[in-house]
Amino acid sequence: MKKVALTLFLLMLTVQLFAQQQGGSLSDDVYASGKIYVVVACAVLILLGLLIFLFTLDRRLKKIEKRNLEK
Amino acid sequence: MYKSWWKILASLLVIYSTIWGFLSKAPELPILHESIRNLYFHVPMWFGMIVLFSISVFYSVRFLSSGNPEDDLKAVESTNVGVIYGVLGIITGAIWAKFTWGQAWSFDVKQNFAAISILMYFAYLILRNAIDEEQKRAKIAAIYNIFAFPIMVVLLFVLPRLSDSLHPGNGGNPGFNAYDLDSRMRMIFYPACLGWILIGYWIYTLVYRLRSLEKKHA
Repeated sequence: MKKVALTLFLLMLTVQLFAQQQGGSLSDDVYASGKIYVVVACAVLILLGLLIFLFTLDRRLKKIEKRNLEK
Repeated sequence: MYKSWWKILASLLVIYSTIWGFLSKAPELPILHESIRNLYFHVPMWFGMIVLFSISVFYSVRFLSSGNPEDDLKAVESTNVGVIYGVLGIITGAIWAKFTWGQAWSFDVKQNFAAISILMYFAYLILRNAIDEEQKRAKIAAIYNIFAFPIMVVLLFVLPRLSDSLHPGNGGNPGFNAYDLDSRMRMIFYPACLGWILIGYWIYTLVYRLRSLEKKHA
């Protein structure tokens, strides 16, 4: 009896897992909470930082190149 | 002119493709699911690498006819940036493969050949550094580069098509157009490619300018 109960209990656990898996596509869940925008904000911030860094590198190089020409 | 229009365009394209790469609706695909969005990040690395290697081979040819050491520097620096793009492409590919094909390295033909072509370009950089005499170094490096480029093209675009590959567009698999690249994705995929190619070119101009300054002051 104990074994049967345990089996049933475990079976119910897996049923729940299946139910979760079938619940629509991932995108619906991801976008439903609206928290994906947090990830996008972070990714874009990193990208922006790196791009601004590239621009400053460019400017510093330009300065040295100018000084180099004057000499 | 450190703020050229194409640098701003590149930044805008890359930011645009990152935002919409996350937020756009993607087609629902088996196995890939949401990871199809990697198309906007993984594939542009390879396109960028190929453009940079093409620039490199162009300057290698020009060096052989002109003998101008500037051309040699341009060839080397674009290869340097191209190799970085290639390594990023391999790593992002391995991560993507881990979660879709089951393992990071499944010895897929295209994976193997991509690794070989990257190694070929590592050999180019090491070979070049191993020679002290400047003119000789430049000449040997240029010739090696001119041979390496068509081999890379064959390894990446011809041989994988002749056998079965997990990559789309190779062997028995249909190309992008056949199943997963719909018009919504094209609106992000093409700008992403152009953007990352321009960023790669920009980084190449930066390192080239740095290198030629270093050379003048050495």
